[in-house]
Amino acid sequence: MSLDVDIEHTRGTFRLAARFSSQPGVTALFGRSGSGKSSLVDIVAGLIRPLRGKVVVDGQTLVDTERGVFVPAHRRRIGYVFQDSRLFPHLSVRQNLLFGRWFARGEGGVAGDFDSIVKLLGIGHLSERKPNSLSGGEKQRVAIGRALLARPRLLLMDEPLASLDEARRAEILPYMERLRDGTGVPILYVSHSVVEVARLATTVVILSEGKVTAVGPVLDILPLADANDGGSALDAIVTAHDETFQLTTLASTAGELQVPKLAAVVGSSVRAYIRSRDVMLSLQPPQEISALNVLAGRVVTISEGGAQADVRLDCNGAVVMARLTTKSVRRLALAPGRPVFAVIKSVSFERS
Amino acid sequence: MTEEEWTAVRLSLLVAVTATAASLLPGIAVAWLLARRQFWGKGLVDTIVHLPLIMPPVVTGYLLLILFGRRGPIGAFLEQTFGIVLAFRWTGAALACAVMGFPLMVRAIRLSIEAVDTRLESAAGTLGASPLWVFATVTLPLCLPGVIAGAILTFAKAMGEFGATITFVSNIPGETQTLPSAIYTLTQIPGGDAGALRLTAVSIAISMAALLASEVLARRIGTRHLPA
Repeated sequence: MSLDVDIEHTRGTFRLAARFSSQPGVTALFGRSGSGKSSLVDIVAGLIRPLRGKVVVDGQTLVDTERGVFVPAHRRRIGYVFQDSRLFPHLSVRQNLLFGRWFARGEGGVAGDFDSIVKLLGIGHLSERKPNSLSGGEKQRVAIGRALLARPRLLLMDEPLASLDEARRAEILPYMERLRDGTGVPILYVSHSVVEVARLATTVVILSEGKVTAVGPVLDILPLADANDGGSALDAIVTAHDETFQLTTLASTAGELQVPKLAAVVGSSVRAYIRSRDVMLSLQPPQEISALNVLAGRVVTISEGGAQADVRLDCNGAVVMARLTTKSVRRLALAPGRPVFAVIKSVSFERS
Repeated sequence: MTEEEWTAVRLSLLVAVTATAASLLPGIAVAWLLARRQFWGKGLVDTIVHLPLIMPPVVTGYLLLILFGRRGPIGAFLEQTFGIVLAFRWTGAALACAVMGFPLMVRAIRLSIEAVDTRLESAAGTLGASPLWVFATVTLPLCLPGVIAGAILTFAKAMGEFGATITFVSNIPGETQTLPSAIYTLTQIPGGDAGALRLTAVSIAISMAALLASEVLARRIGTRHLPA
C-alpha cells in the first residue's frame, strides 16, 4: 500500500499545504489542534474536495485537480473511524458492523472475516444492542469494526481515542495494537498524543499550521514532535510538597522526580515533559552533583545525525530521550542494552 | 345515514388517500432538495411550494382550473396525450387536495431531514454507500417520524379541503362531492341539518382517528432509535 498526498486547501484564513507519502503500517499525523490534521484526513477520505493537488492510493489517482479527477468517498474504499464514532442510531451493533460489508461485495481490500474482527475487538457480546446503550469505549470498538468490515484498503482514524477518558483509552490501545499487527490494513492515524503515537505509529508526519514540518520513522521523528527541540513525556502523580525548599515530589514509572513547587494538590496527575537536551547520561550513579533528578535506565536505540545523537532510554518502562554529541556517545561507548543513569537538568509541565 | 352521505364519505377517503399517496414521493424529494442542496432558484422553489398555504384556496382552485381545465395548457396536453381528464372528476379533487396539502407535507419532512446528522450520512459514504443508498438506509429511516407527520397532515388537510376543490372540480354528487362539499350543500337546503350533523360527526371521527394513528406510529418508530 502506498499513499501519496500533495494538496493545497484553504478554509477561511487557514491555509493547508501538505505533501507526504506514507508506508505500510501505521502512519501518524501528529500536530496540535488546528494544525489541519482533520482537514487533511477528510481530503484523503473524499469528504472535502481540495482546491489544488493530488491524492494517490496504490497507484490509483483519487484526486487530481489539474485533470479534474475526483473519486467520490463511496468509491474510494477508504475506511474512516471518526472521533465521535458516528454509529447509526437506528441500527443494532450487528447491523452497524455489516453496513459497509454489503456495499463492498466481492471487491478487493483486506478480507475482513466477521467473526475474527468481532473477536479481535471483543464486541461479540454487544451484537444485539443499540449504539445508544454502549459506553464510549465500546462505541469506538464497534466503529473500528464497522470500518474494517467494509474491506478498506486504507483505514483513517481521526483521534479515535480523544473523546475517551484515560481508563477507556488504556482499554482500547491494546486492540489498536492487535489491529495494526493482525489485519495488515495500513492506517493513517491522527493524534496529538505523544503517548499514542509512540505506541502505535511506524511513520510520523508532523503537521504544524497547515504545513508538514517533518516526516519519517517514529523513533527519528517523535523527538521532534515536541516543540522544536524534542523530548519525552512522563505521566506522574504529585506525592508531596516541600515548603522549606519550595519543591514538589512526583512519582512516575521512571522513578521519583523533584521539581520546583507546583500549584497542584497532592494526588493530582501531571504530565512532565523532559526536553532531550536537558538530559545528560552517566555510566556510574552520579554522586555529589547539583541536579536533583537521576533516573536509572537502559539504552534502547541511538540515532546519530552529524554532530548530535538522540539516545532513547527505557527507564523502568518509560521512554526518556537524551540528546548528546556523537562524540560523547563514542566516548561512553553507548550501545543498545547498556545501563546508564540519566541526569535531568530541568522538567517542564502540562497539567493532565 | 343516507346512501348519498355514504358516497360522500367514501369519496372523501378515496380523494384524501390518493392525494396523500401521490404527494409522498414528490414531497420527500422536494423536502430533501430544500434541506440538503444548494441550487440556483432554491428560494423560488420554496416560495412556489408554500404558495397554496398563503393564497386564498379559491385562488388556488381557480389557477388549477385555468391550468388543468380541459382547455388549459396542462389539461389539454394531458387529455390529448394520455386521455386524462382532471376537471370535474374525483382525480381533479385529489389534485386540488394534494396541492393544498403539499406545503404542509414538505415542511414536516424538510424539518425532520434537517434534524438528521449529516455526519452520519458522510460516515455511510465512507462505508461505500452511494448518495441514493445513504438516503435509503440512513436519512429516510431517521426522518421517518417527520414523513409520517407530513402524510397525516396532508391526509387531514385533504379531508377538509373545500375552497380549492369546489372551485376546480365543482360539487357533483358521486364524482366530486367530498365531505365538506356535502356538508355545505346540506346546510343550504331546508331540513338538511340532521344530515349535516351526521357528516360533521363522521368528519370529526376520521380526523381524530388520523391523529391517533400518527401518534401511535410516530411513537413506535421514535422509540426504535431515539434515546429514551
